[in-house]
Amino acid sequence: MKRTLPKAQLVGLTIGFFFVLVVMPLLNLLPATHPLYISTFTLSLYGKYLCYAILALSVDLLWGYTGLLSLGQCLFFSLGGYAMGMYLMLKIGTRGQYHTELPDFMVFLEFAKRFPETGGLPPHWIPFRNFPFAAAAVIVVPALVALIFGVLAFRSRIKGVYFSILTQALTYAACLMFFRNDFTFGGNNGLTDFKDILGFDLNSAATRRGLLIATGLLLLATFWVCHWLTTTRFGKIQRAIRDSENRVLFSGYATENFKLFIFVVSAVIAGLGGALFVPQAGIINPSEMATDKSLEAVVWVAVGGRGTLVGPIIGAVVVNWLKSVATHSAPEYWLYILGGLFIVMTLFFPKGLIGIPGQYRAWRQRRNPPAS
Amino acid sequence: MKKTILNLAAGAAFLSAALVCPAADTVKVGVLHSLSGTMAISETSLKDVLLFTFDEINAKGGVLGKKIEPVIVDPASNWPLFAEKAEQLVVKDKVSVVFGCWTSVSRKSVLPVFEKYNSMLFYPVQYEGEELSKNIFYTAEAVNQQAIPAVDYMLADGKKKFYLIGSDYVYPRTTNKILKKYLKMKGIPDEDIVEIYTPFGHTDYQTIVSAIKKFSAGGKACVISTLNGDTNVPFFKEFANAGLTSENCPVVSFSLSEDEFRSLPTKDLIGHLGCWTYFMSLKTPENKKFVADFNKWLKTAPPGVETKNRVTCSPMNLSRIGVYLWKQAVEKAGSFDVDKVREAMIGQKFAAPEGEVTMQENHHLINEVFIGETQANGQFKIVKSLGKVAGEPFSDKFLK
Repeated sequence: MKRTLPKAQLVGLTIGFFFVLVVMPLLNLLPATHPLYISTFTLSLYGKYLCYAILALSVDLLWGYTGLLSLGQCLFFSLGGYAMGMYLMLKIGTRGQYHTELPDFMVFLEFAKRFPETGGLPPHWIPFRNFPFAAAAVIVVPALVALIFGVLAFRSRIKGVYFSILTQALTYAACLMFFRNDFTFGGNNGLTDFKDILGFDLNSAATRRGLLIATGLLLLATFWVCHWLTTTRFGKIQRAIRDSENRVLFSGYATENFKLFIFVVSAVIAGLGGALFVPQAGIINPSEMATDKSLEAVVWVAVGGRGTLVGPIIGAVVVNWLKSVATHSAPEYWLYILGGLFIVMTLFFPKGLIGIPGQYRAWRQRRNPPAS
Repeated sequence: MKKTILNLAAGAAFLSAALVCPAADTVKVGVLHSLSGTMAISETSLKDVLLFTFDEINAKGGVLGKKIEPVIVDPASNWPLFAEKAEQLVVKDKVSVVFGCWTSVSRKSVLPVFEKYNSMLFYPVQYEGEELSKNIFYTAEAVNQQAIPAVDYMLADGKKKFYLIGSDYVYPRTTNKILKKYLKMKGIPDEDIVEIYTPFGHTDYQTIVSAIKKFSAGGKACVISTLNGDTNVPFFKEFANAGLTSENCPVVSFSLSEDEFRSLPTKDLIGHLGCWTYFMSLKTPENKKFVADFNKWLKTAPPGVETKNRVTCSPMNLSRIGVYLWKQAVEKAGSFDVDKVREAMIGQKFAAPEGEVTMQENHHLINEVFIGETQANGQFKIVKSLGKVAGEPFSDKFLK
């Protein structure tokens, strides 16, 4: 049985991507006074939403398709972000507060005394001057962390709620570690005040358009990889693990290897999302690893529709768009608005936004049963 | 049916006209303080005092004849969201100025936004310095307006041993680094200075307090604390349990003001010290008026403003000072243009509750500094007035 995308979803997806990849950048080129003009600010806002959509896909791949509820997915998102942030930080050069080659926080924490042989730059920062290395780290670091954690967790047959708790503990521990100034990643303040990426000015509209398009393309690629993965035989086993792991195990499949593979893949996806998030958000710091951030990502998936691939994208974009609007238009009440939405969704639309048309059809059918 | 649609259209037209019309004689200003999340407990008070100040100014005719129209957003203690909301205020709402931020990380997060669009931010909370942006005015206490005077006071009091304890983030780290250098300059040997950090939300202070007890055994010791928020409760409890008091080992805290005492028990803190450029207990006529007017305003405050047990504190006072300085600079420049206002800001004076303050060329204030002793009611008794100190963000300039 090959699962293909429903036609409506395919059409919606095509329109959505066409809008983000072609229409929005073009409208940004219009003069600022034109009524259809889209500001660079809005452009980057959508760039961030799409990064969150990539994160949501990585959560859904685990939770929706394999039944592994990871509450630490933001750790991988942040690790990818930090790898990119380190590159961006070193590219600031002498344009910081102290006008030295050394990043500001290393100057005032007196790293020159700690790492005298490199002039203050911790040795593990040095290769991040090189973009290909940083890009490789964006993939390798989250993958390695996921691999090590995954081996330990899955070999010990840790399942269900215990897996969720452990992933939450993992990201919390990492958050506390990154908070420490001695850990050489900027402590609480994290990395910020980036100037340019690959020689392009981060403040220019052209770079922002490029970043949005890059994020859109990455999301598209992630989507197709996930779609392909979940429609192969591998995907069938994945879903079988979700529905009844013991039966899969007794049928002779080493389920932990399957789970490990999917865990690493989803960590890489999250890391890539984080790497594109950082230049558009302008900051990465340990609070991105805090446990509530990962919970939020799970909420986006639930709102959009768990176990589908279009649902998480819709969920991430809609919830974050609503958050952007509500924190501005109703700053005192936005938490109630979002909280109310989540309650309504889980109570009345368990299949998420994507499941509403199907629910409506079922409801219609129940009301007017077709004449037989 | 048709009629309803017509009515609706007319209503909508009227509404949009009503919304657009007053824009001509108002000026939009942004309020960028967390109203939810971990920082809400502190930052909401700043939003309140800003609204109070806007009402105060609007009642007297506004700025350049225009009423201040606040645009309030909630960055929700989320640092990337701070940058997003700042950009939204500047680009979408086209505000003339933004008042906001509490933590250094939030300021660091929004700084590139204000520089990119050449707009203006007023920052009102004591901080570590080592930063100077032409787009930010720091009404906040710099290290040499709080930490250095406090240490001077301790030295004059005959203290010879200093225990520096803080939460592990940039403000305590930088402050203590500067204090260490300063103490060495004053002839305090290395072995009489201890520097230690605990993570956010740390609760187990037994080991540290017993170390302090040993450290202070010979007398002439004091503790300089940059612990923030809730961690102060277990710290001071343990401190009191160990038999340490403000008599045998006083603690000077830089992150505890009157507003924090609304939610912290003061029992174990009585007698310990604080150092700020403002205390609610100041007896000047300006301060009496400020406190009385603020309390009066609370009675008619908009919904969502906490009205019970309210106090004023230094960050609140500095927020208000920022608004007045901006108003004066706008009126001097005769324009809301950022470049012109920035130029006019330098040298602005304001009769603040603590005394006259002056904005210097380095975007920091010349302000009064006071040492206060914590009372049972969460107020400070002023024990020493240290006079005017010119704020200086870079430590290498005042450590000469």
